Amino acid sequence: MSTTAASLATPTTPRGQRPRRPLVTPARIGIYAFLLTTSAFFLLPLYVMVVTSLKSPEEIRQALLFAWPASPQFGNWKEAWSSACIALACEGIQGGFWNSIRLVVPATILSVFLAALNGYALSFWRSRWGDILFGIMLLGAFVPFQVMIYPLVAWFRLGGFYNTYWAILLVHCIFGMPVLTLLFRNYYIAVPNELFKAARIDGGGFWRIFFQLMLPMATPMLIVATILQVTGIWNDYLFGLIFAGKDNYPMTVQLNNLVNTTFGERRYHIDMAATILTSLVPLAVYFFSGRWFVRGIAAGAVKG
Amino acid sequence: MARSARPKRLNLALHAALLPLAITALLAYVGSVIWSIRISLSSSKLFPRNDWVGLDQFQRLFETDRWIVSLQHMGVLAVVYILGVLVLGTLMAIFIDQQVRAESWFRTIFLYPYAMSFVVTGLIWQWLFNPTLGLQNALRLMGWESFTLDWTVQPDMVLYAIGLAMVWQGSGTTMAILLAALRGVDEEQWKAARLEGVSKPRYYLSVVLPQLGPAYATAFVLLAVALVRTFDVVAVMTSGGPGDASEVPAKFIIDHLFGRNNIGLASAASVVMLVTVFTVLAPLLYWRSKVQARQNAGH
Repeated sequence: MSTTAASLATPTTPRGQRPRRPLVTPARIGIYAFLLTTSAFFLLPLYVMVVTSLKSPEEIRQALLFAWPASPQFGNWKEAWSSACIALACEGIQGGFWNSIRLVVPATILSVFLAALNGYALSFWRSRWGDILFGIMLLGAFVPFQVMIYPLVAWFRLGGFYNTYWAILLVHCIFGMPVLTLLFRNYYIAVPNELFKAARIDGGGFWRIFFQLMLPMATPMLIVATILQVTGIWNDYLFGLIFAGKDNYPMTVQLNNLVNTTFGERRYHIDMAATILTSLVPLAVYFFSGRWFVRGIAAGAVKG
Repeated sequence: MARSARPKRLNLALHAALLPLAITALLAYVGSVIWSIRISLSSSKLFPRNDWVGLDQFQRLFETDRWIVSLQHMGVLAVVYILGVLVLGTLMAIFIDQQVRAESWFRTIFLYPYAMSFVVTGLIWQWLFNPTLGLQNALRLMGWESFTLDWTVQPDMVLYAIGLAMVWQGSGTTMAILLAALRGVDEEQWKAARLEGVSKPRYYLSVVLPQLGPAYATAFVLLAVALVRTFDVVAVMTSGGPGDASEVPAKFIIDHLFGRNNIGLASAASVVMLVTVFTVLAPLLYWRSKVQARQNAGH
């Protein structure tokens, strides 16, 4: 069991014995030149975003994009967080932050739990209509969301909860289900059936085997699925805009509204500070989860 | 194949457990697709109507200039974004695979933009492309007087600006997928190739890359799905402008659903996208599953 977990946690198989590092040759220099140039391309926007967010309005007007600010204005961040204006309310994007937290936590727990349950039911308790449902889910992963938006809006309206917290929560569960179910189903399919049979002989019922054996066993997948959902839901913009309603706008929507709220001159330093604040959570998840994040990409890629 | 005969009580538990899946699959996925198709065949405007007008909405759709340019823009983005990501992702994966120092640093740097929202990506690049305060002016002030990078205000260049932002955001994913596949390629092949005097670039082109077919199929599928849903980055970076120079199908559909109250036309457009996605992806997925089955059998 532990070996399964360990090998799943590693996205790339090590090649075993590696040859000794080659000496400095023109080819090596070329390789590093390429990698460093590409790194510069990827890092430059982040650098510009950070320095811009710390500049004073005068420094912005000088248009020295790369210059380090004379005295970093951390007040910009504070202003973006708590007092920048979004339309007529001047409370910064903190409201959006808390809306996103309030949404991400339950939506992630619910969707990951349901997906684990689906995966377990589909792999150990095969039923014919379970397989049909799974086939539909596989296709569902490729349905462009545009097709589903209007019907969902209309049905939510009919149910009386369009533009509420529950609508956006449900939407994230719906759109997360195909990939997450696939993730857990593929994981459980690889678990030896003998283990399941033994648990059955010991008298375990459907739910007991799930909660006491299969759910804890899928810890690697629980981590991967959680990372996928936390970053995915946090970064979503369109669904939040359409389904959440004004009181529940997530941080991404609030960010765009903040940027589009201008009284006279656009305040780029505040815009960039708010942009940084909005990307902090997913970036933190990325930097701390390391290989698990990559594993999530591979998992998203296995669809089909 | 039934793994075990089971009593009724367990059947009940199983069905209860699968209920959320059933509701989601049948109602949210199948139901919404069917209803969208139904609406696309009616004369619905602000509210759904129960009449049949055949393919009128589709005819009207393809007589709408804005839809046609949206499709053309998606074609341009398909080349810039998908091709750009595949080329850059391949290069990054191959170069990283040369036993370089600080490999994990490079991987981390190439992949981090993927962790950020398209809204964030759009805002960063909008700022870099700002004609008076962004990269253009910064480089001019540094002495490169003729440097021009005002793509976001040039109708014929704006798509390349969006494409560049999307390449920046998405290349790391493809790099990660290809790198994992590269690590699965048998190294003995390089030893044999080197003995025959084959150069390293040649070895990658003719020996390694052809073996990465399934990984490329995977990357392509992910990119194609992302391309079709392209909305956030356009809405944030350019709002489809200047004029309609960066309109895309997803934005066309959302605008007609919510801004222009024409759900019949929007549904017809979304059905077109649905059909397109499945015609492009179905053969590819079928091919990939065949190749993978063959590779698994060969092991």
